[in-house]
Amino acid sequence: MRETMDIVKVLAIAGSATLLFLVLELIRRGRLKERYALLWLFSSLVLLILSLSRSLLEYFSRLVGIYYPPSLLFLIAFVFLLLITLHFSAVISGLSDKNKRLAQELALLRQALDEVKRSQTTAP
Amino acid sequence: MKIIIIVPAYNEEKSLHGVVQDLRNHVPDADILVVNDGSRDRTEMVARDLGVKVLGLPFNLGIGGAMQTGYRYAERNGYDIAIQFDGDGQHVASEVKELCVGLQQGRADIIVGSRFLQPGDYRPSFFRKLGILIFSVVLSAILRMRVTDTTSGFRAANRRVIEFFARSYPEDYPEVESLVLLHRAGMTMGEVPVVMRDRMEGRSSITPIRSAYYMIKVLLAVFIDLLKK
Repeated sequence: MRETMDIVKVLAIAGSATLLFLVLELIRRGRLKERYALLWLFSSLVLLILSLSRSLLEYFSRLVGIYYPPSLLFLIAFVFLLLITLHFSAVISGLSDKNKRLAQELALLRQALDEVKRSQTTAP
Repeated sequence: MKIIIIVPAYNEEKSLHGVVQDLRNHVPDADILVVNDGSRDRTEMVARDLGVKVLGLPFNLGIGGAMQTGYRYAERNGYDIAIQFDGDGQHVASEVKELCVGLQQGRADIIVGSRFLQPGDYRPSFFRKLGILIFSVVLSAILRMRVTDTTSGFRAANRRVIEFFARSYPEDYPEVESLVLLHRAGMTMGEVPVVMRDRMEGRSSITPIRSAYYMIKVLLAVFIDLLKK
């Protein structure tokens, strides 16, 4: 029992540390805007802290009535993923609206340009 | 009175010529604006050759986005009346006048051409009939008036509505939802009986499953609109 718990712990630490490293690396290279990075940073930090500290993990598990503490990690990861995808849906909605506006503006500008060109060719 | 007829067109190269001719014959004093919604055929070329105003969208936005582009044009260029007229040939140009008269008399802010105010040739399938009935009941309840043809794309809008639609117009299946939005913004609608032809070219994109999806989606959108502040 002791041994399997340790494997879970090692895996959890390795996983959350890798996640944290990836997030930091993406921010450092400017591939992830800080705005979107915040949730990722926060969630990977929380996961890492809980993976490192057995007592903290057990304390929170008992608090919400979870018998097998590592499954709390899954729950937290799941909740964070939900929040992140919801956040993305909102962002995408905004982007698609802007995209539509741009396309409409482009069509209106092209038409205006055509009109100007035509008036120039017909004028003496 | 500056009048513009907005013709949304998606892959309508075959029917566009007839539609424009028909409009020129019956509504000679109105400007015609074809909104090419990213067609993959020669719709834009055909429209340019016809010498009408053309708005070419760089990609397909869907009927809502395309119509709104037309309303934005009408708003910026100071039109008093904008008429929505399908590019597939199902609307009858001689009836445009009827819609305009309703507006000029100040009967309402938007006048909708309805297929169901007088007996016509239109014989919808059972499910279609059911859908039409449900929309009609829901919309009549929200607008507190009898609305017979909620999905009609043959409409005439006054300046107030043009300005409103230029700012906000629903995207996917806009006819029903836009009437609710107008009502919420304090504008009124009226109906005028019209006849609609069978499509000249192409097929309607509506299948049974799609129309069920359409109905649920539109009803949902309508209720969300009611919840919005």
